[in-house]
Amino acid sequence: MSLGPYASFIVTSYALVTAVVLILIIWITIDHRRQKQRLRELESSGVVRRSGRGVADIR
Amino acid sequence: MTLIDLANPTRFLTLTARLLPWLAAATAILLLIGLYQSAMAPDDYQQGATVKIMFIHVPNAWLSMFVWGVMSVAALGTLVWRHPLADVAAKAAAPIGAAFTFLALVTGSLWGRPMWGTYWEWDARLTSVLILFLMYLGLMALWRAVEDPSRAARAAAVLTLVGAINLPIIKFSVDWWNTLHQPASVFRMGGSTLDRAFLIPLLVMALAFSLLFVTLHLAAMRNEILRRRVRALRLMQAAQVTQSSQRSA
Repeated sequence: MSLGPYASFIVTSYALVTAVVLILIIWITIDHRRQKQRLRELESSGVVRRSGRGVADIR
Repeated sequence: MTLIDLANPTRFLTLTARLLPWLAAATAILLLIGLYQSAMAPDDYQQGATVKIMFIHVPNAWLSMFVWGVMSVAALGTLVWRHPLADVAAKAAAPIGAAFTFLALVTGSLWGRPMWGTYWEWDARLTSVLILFLMYLGLMALWRAVEDPSRAARAAAVLTLVGAINLPIIKFSVDWWNTLHQPASVFRMGGSTLDRAFLIPLLVMALAFSLLFVTLHLAAMRNEILRRRVRALRLMQAAQVTQSSQRSA
């Protein structure tokens, strides 16, 4: 597969899209872990929801 | 499970936990197929290999508008029905929409330089998409600026609905004004003008990016629900501390 004289524009476009999508995935994954960690800390300090459901119920 | 059941955040979290692995797997498979087809697509007789940029530029450009459309429906949910998940959906979609719009702008720029001889032109299509990107950033700033999520949601919903006026302007800008950007060539009266060799990889990539959006959006909504639970528990904690200090005083 030859990308011709404008290969740098094509490769940069695909690399940029890959990077931004990966950043989105990593950011959302880290955010999920952080929120669950905060919920765990609050529960361990004795603060619980009125429903009684805890972070263990969230996958 | 009926649609009304999804109004309950706990049920929504349960459903999301079940759906996300399947959605992520389907997205990854479709992306791989789309990338393979894009790599194998022939060169265009005029554009050469730069036509491959189309397979990522166009899905991002479509999604940049689609995500604002989703946020506009959510804004109606916030303002009219006060649906508990509506502002969660809108807030979670904004950064993803901003990312798609950023990618549409940059990949369009990288496609424009070899084809048009310039990275940027202040014409109607490019400028209206840049305005869309700035509106996404403004909306994200608004949510960060207002501490109370329900107050922020109402202000953001109004801004989102006002911003929706930009969507038809983006769509029809290539028909209403003279622009370097080509007119619609996929969804148009009389059928697509694209050859099947380009159309099929483009549609597969569009479907893959749409699934990517659904997956990321559900995951981001789940995070936003948890963030609001953390906030509610911290408020409860603060109230407990205040009560106990008042008793001891």
